[in-house]
Amino acid sequence: MSNVADINADDLRDLYRELILDHAKKPRHFGKLQGATHSAQGINPLCGDKLHLYLQLDDDGKICDAKFEGSGCAISVASASLLTDSVIGLDKFEALIRFEDVTARLTGKPQTEDDKVDLGKLCALEGVRDYPARVKCATLAWHALRSAIDQRTSPARTE
Amino acid sequence: MIQAQHDGSKNPTPLDLRSDFPALQQTINGQPLVYLDSAASAHQPAVVIDTVAQYQSKDHANVHRGVHTLSHRATEAYEGARDKLQTFINAASRSEIVLTSGTTESINLVAQSFCRPRIGPDDKILITHLEHHSNIVPWQLLCEQTGAELLVAPMDELGQLDLNALRALLTDDVALLALGHVSNALGTVNPIKEIIGWAKVHDIAVLVDGAQGVPHMVIDVQDLGCDFYAFSGHKMFGPTGTGVLYGKESLLEAMPPWQGGGDMILEVRFDTTTYNDLPYKFEAGTPNIAGVVGLGAAVDYLTNIGIDRVARHENALLEYMTSKLAEIDGIRLIGTAEHKASVQSFMLDDIHPHDLGTILDHQGVAIRTGHHCAMPVMEFFGLPGTARASLALYNSHDDVDRLVDAVEKARQVFA
Repeated sequence: MSNVADINADDLRDLYRELILDHAKKPRHFGKLQGATHSAQGINPLCGDKLHLYLQLDDDGKICDAKFEGSGCAISVASASLLTDSVIGLDKFEALIRFEDVTARLTGKPQTEDDKVDLGKLCALEGVRDYPARVKCATLAWHALRSAIDQRTSPARTE
Repeated sequence: MIQAQHDGSKNPTPLDLRSDFPALQQTINGQPLVYLDSAASAHQPAVVIDTVAQYQSKDHANVHRGVHTLSHRATEAYEGARDKLQTFINAASRSEIVLTSGTTESINLVAQSFCRPRIGPDDKILITHLEHHSNIVPWQLLCEQTGAELLVAPMDELGQLDLNALRALLTDDVALLALGHVSNALGTVNPIKEIIGWAKVHDIAVLVDGAQGVPHMVIDVQDLGCDFYAFSGHKMFGPTGTGVLYGKESLLEAMPPWQGGGDMILEVRFDTTTYNDLPYKFEAGTPNIAGVVGLGAAVDYLTNIGIDRVARHENALLEYMTSKLAEIDGIRLIGTAEHKASVQSFMLDDIHPHDLGTILDHQGVAIRTGHHCAMPVMEFFGLPGTARASLALYNSHDDVDRLVDAVEKARQVFA
């Protein structure tokens, strides 16, 4: 991406990291999940981003599958794609903790060293902290995750 | 004096007004700001900012109610702005200029004060598919309140009204037609004078949402023949929180007040209250005096330049912008009506408009991305939103070149 070198390429690349672009172009676990036990809609009315997150929980409350569908910007699609990768295999309480960790990290809330967990690939989303207008794009799928687990009926919002 | 401004030349002398606007002197992300979001809100020239500051620091008092010097000065400045606005849109009387907080309030005023008392379940309100939400939702509320039916005139794939369909919808049971002069999402200029003529055959009242018209073209409400014309100060280089409802005097006279309070009364008693004369009957409470004074300065600014010159400058620039954007690989222009003003919406490949907006912002280029408060228009095109570049009198060919370069770079980022 040398062609963007003259436009604060480092900053821009921090937002649109290769991993983000890859997940935005080729979202993982995309589509409707047949046999979903939990689902929720996420809506960002300002942007028009809209996604539907599906979870399949087994009898022990473990997320054995997750998928999403919908449309949005690169950041929101990549975030949803990374989310599905990240929560499959977690139980619902672990998934809620991950929601807290990720949203705290993306919104730049101060965290103590003890709180700082290794978010793995999800760290690729951290670039949005410097883009206040885009934080909601990155957190939308995560709010939908919480709504789905809590079985909330109204669409998740990022406000 | 300006030469060759009235020869209809396609290439008029471009205006060079950037230096009049303090906000345009800054850099964003290390690049000189290119502001292409004036359809959302325009910047103010120094003369407007200074006029407001001068008013606030020397002349401020409440209007219409004091015998002291400052109250007199404030009233003179406020009412002076009304006179300027009257001349600017060629209203027949200053009583026809109701000062509001903006286009939205102006439209709600007509819905609630003009329409609501006189319509019922057998009546229809006609709007169009091109409208901004502020010219849709007030009518939906009205229809909920009265049982009237809301009709929507269709548009075509170029972003133009289907004029035959619109004409067929203009029947005797339509109480009011509300339509935009210029589409904020697509830039389509509607042939409103012709449409108003058709409506008048059936004695239909017509409200024109002129928020995107006034900053870009000469408006003569008497020539248009509309009953109401609504517009906003902040889109015509004035302060936010200011706007105008033009209404024909006979209609305004017959309408009940919109809000009650101080300034809109002649006499208040517990058994009966007498309302004030026009236009004060519709201006309850202390108005946005400083804002309106600033709006008066904006009208002077526009008048001194000549709105016809502004129109020629912008039309030439829009033509240039549209042709340059069209040359970019993967671009899709949204809104390609024959008659347009100041706006071009577009999509680039399958890049979401918000990503495009962020990448352009990185290069100091401010555009609007999203649904532009015109969700039905976006739905028509099957899009979640568009990128929209909108022009004003301070934009230049250089701005357009910067936009085109920035879009090219966005394409490379997502390649």
